[in-house]
Amino acid sequence: MADFYFSLPPLLRGFLQGLAVVLVIFPIAGASSLAERKVSAWIQGRPGPNRAIVPWFAAIPFLGRFLQRLGLFHLAADGGKLLLKEEPLPGHVHKFYYTIAPWLGLIPAFTTITVVPFGAYWDSAMQTMHPLVLANVDIGILAVFAIGSLGVYSVILAGWSSNSKYPFIGSIRASTQLSSYEISMTLAVLPVFMWINSPGSDGSLSLARVVEFQSGTHFLGGLWFVFLMPLSALIFLIALFAETNRLPFDMPESEADLVGGFHTEYGAFKWSLFFVAEYAHMIVGSAVFVVLFLGGWNPLPWVPVASLVHWFHLENLPFVVGLVSIAIFLAKVIFMIFFFMWVRWTLPRFRYDQVMRIGWRRLLPLAIANLIFYIIAIALLT
Amino acid sequence: MPATVKVLERKPLSFAERTYLPQIAAGLKTTIKHLFAPKVTMEYPEQRPEILPGYRGVPTLVMDPHGREKCVSCQLCEFVCPPKAIRITPGEVPADQPERSHVEKAPREFEIDMLRCIYCGLCQEVCPEEAIFLQNVYSTSGYTRASMVNNKQRLYELGGTLPDQHFKWDRKKAAETAGNARH
Amino acid sequence: MSDLLFFAFTALTAGGALGVVLNKNAVHAAFCLLLSLLGTAGLFVLLNAYLLAALLILVYAGAVVALFVFVVMLIGMQGGTGKPTGRLATVGAFLAFIALLAGAFVTLTREPLPPPVLANMPPVGAELKLYAYQLFTTYLLPVEVSGFLLLVAMIGVIVLAKKDKPEAKA
Ligand code: SF4
Ligand code: SF4
Repeated sequence: MADFYFSLPPLLRGFLQGLAVVLVIFPIAGASSLAERKVSAWIQGRPGPNRAIVPWFAAIPFLGRFLQRLGLFHLAADGGKLLLKEEPLPGHVHKFYYTIAPWLGLIPAFTTITVVPFGAYWDSAMQTMHPLVLANVDIGILAVFAIGSLGVYSVILAGWSSNSKYPFIGSIRASTQLSSYEISMTLAVLPVFMWINSPGSDGSLSLARVVEFQSGTHFLGGLWFVFLMPLSALIFLIALFAETNRLPFDMPESEADLVGGFHTEYGAFKWSLFFVAEYAHMIVGSAVFVVLFLGGWNPLPWVPVASLVHWFHLENLPFVVGLVSIAIFLAKVIFMIFFFMWVRWTLPRFRYDQVMRIGWRRLLPLAIANLIFYIIAIALLT
Repeated sequence: MPATVKVLERKPLSFAERTYLPQIAAGLKTTIKHLFAPKVTMEYPEQRPEILPGYRGVPTLVMDPHGREKCVSCQLCEFVCPPKAIRITPGEVPADQPERSHVEKAPREFEIDMLRCIYCGLCQEVCPEEAIFLQNVYSTSGYTRASMVNNKQRLYELGGTLPDQHFKWDRKKAAETAGNARH
Repeated sequence: MSDLLFFAFTALTAGGALGVVLNKNAVHAAFCLLLSLLGTAGLFVLLNAYLLAALLILVYAGAVVALFVFVVMLIGMQGGTGKPTGRLATVGAFLAFIALLAGAFVTLTREPLPPPVLANMPPVGAELKLYAYQLFTTYLLPVEVSGFLLLVAMIGVIVLAKKDKPEAKA
């Protein structure tokens, strides 16, 4: 099968790979929307959605009941509803921008996924690691930031084209918030890349290399960057919350003061696109965080996938190794998504001026100080 | 004596407190505990709340322990009902109940419009026969307006039988027979 | 394939640039600018200049145009100002146009450039390092000067923004 696959033309192969990744992302994004409802319910002492059931499934003795309690069919019902609902187009909107805004949110989210490595396999001699990634470009993290920064246009356009007060305020908030936190975010990851580009090396901003640096077995090499650079990780995480518009930073749509924020005027399918885009952003953000700070596809600090391969003698099964690494990676991403929800139901929303103050007065100086500290530390170490 | 005001000095926040991080961690701990705590939701149609005595639910008609109709169709409840939810069509006591023939009247039809009823309980208050009670039925629903009107049969189904201390009409009958026997 | 992409990106760049100039609505113009920048970034990618492409998008498309749009939306400048341009501006534009024509003329009529020697091109992987190295050695002065310029501009903005405050309060 593998041989057949590699004999395909590269364009088709790329298409198939992309399709495979999208086919994983979409269900995760969908499941996240259900998970959000479930987690919020559980944290509030409720069972959450647990009623909808398709009659055929109800006939399955144990599983059917379990799936019903899990609320799985609510997901299908929600999706069906959003698809079949009438699509309103308010009369006062700017039609062109109003229509493309939701799609603009999806495109950057799915484009950034192409440069995020999500697994790895080794050739049989265990010599070279092949990261599993759609496009292993050398500028990895820059590409993520660059394309990710385009996501703001979706929100801005949605708010502006809606031609009504609350969406407008929401989009103004979004544009300021996103550009403010981008700076701290970028500064926070710099130490990581300085660490992996110690003087004399090739120089690379590739994300796969970051994971490589976290897959050693000796003390510093095996340590995940979250332990090595806790402050960087913290700043990045906070900025990530702000960039993905998640509580406590969901200024653009804070429903308490802005009704629905930038998507107030949206409904049905277009609204659901915003929804999917938000989760796609969360997934990409989580994936980047996992790659940068949580050791990527390595199961534990000092226990890289390579050790697993040695213990279980998987040298000749690159396919299995790849799947294992993807599974580990996905598990971490899912934990991160859970963490997003966990925080959402723990912290109240910041006020807008507080968001700005945290971003500019606290996070940015902290990020700069952190950067200087690591510059000195790395210079002393090498 | 004037109340003494004790001024508490507000302690300046420590550095850890000013970063908010310990507080956030504590909050996360609390919420994760709730995540695994038993759920408090009552899953309604299957599980029902326990209704305590004295609850003012849907007004119903009740029968006495012998299974006999208590309402005498005096129409006081119809008269007192503030939103005019009750409509009574008076009638004769059915011929197959000779022991109740001295009651003279019984409702032929008795309708309570639950779209009008405000659950005030005045009908129960006013009834001289203790025939109408607001009991523990708390959920009524229907697809049409007509289905929201409880007729006599339905009212008795909902009401059932309640214990009766007086058996007023039995005693009247006994008194009547005793009096007649004396003359 | 890459020819096709080249034409697509060129069309995007040129079309976007035209849109910026011709659009009366400031918001539309800003988004045309965005398109034009994306096209340019695409051209850079075709040239294997990934770093440049990423930086262009990150800095210009992601931040600068976003701020443009932000400002335009904030001051609600949807239509043009409708003010006729002053004489100085007309003359300046005319001169610029002449210069542009002259430039185009020279470009079209001069000898074709010698093709680049491929052996001298740095490999893509090392490009990043090379870039950084040159930035901090050969081109240190321009970098510092432009950085200083930005600093001056920033301080100027802060001064301008602060000046209003006391008057507004009084
Ligand atoms: S409870 Fe009140 S409103 Fe309802 S039927 Fe009795 S008297 Fe009328
Ligand atoms: S329910 Fe009571 S008050 Fe109403 S008509 Fe019957 S006896 Fe009279």
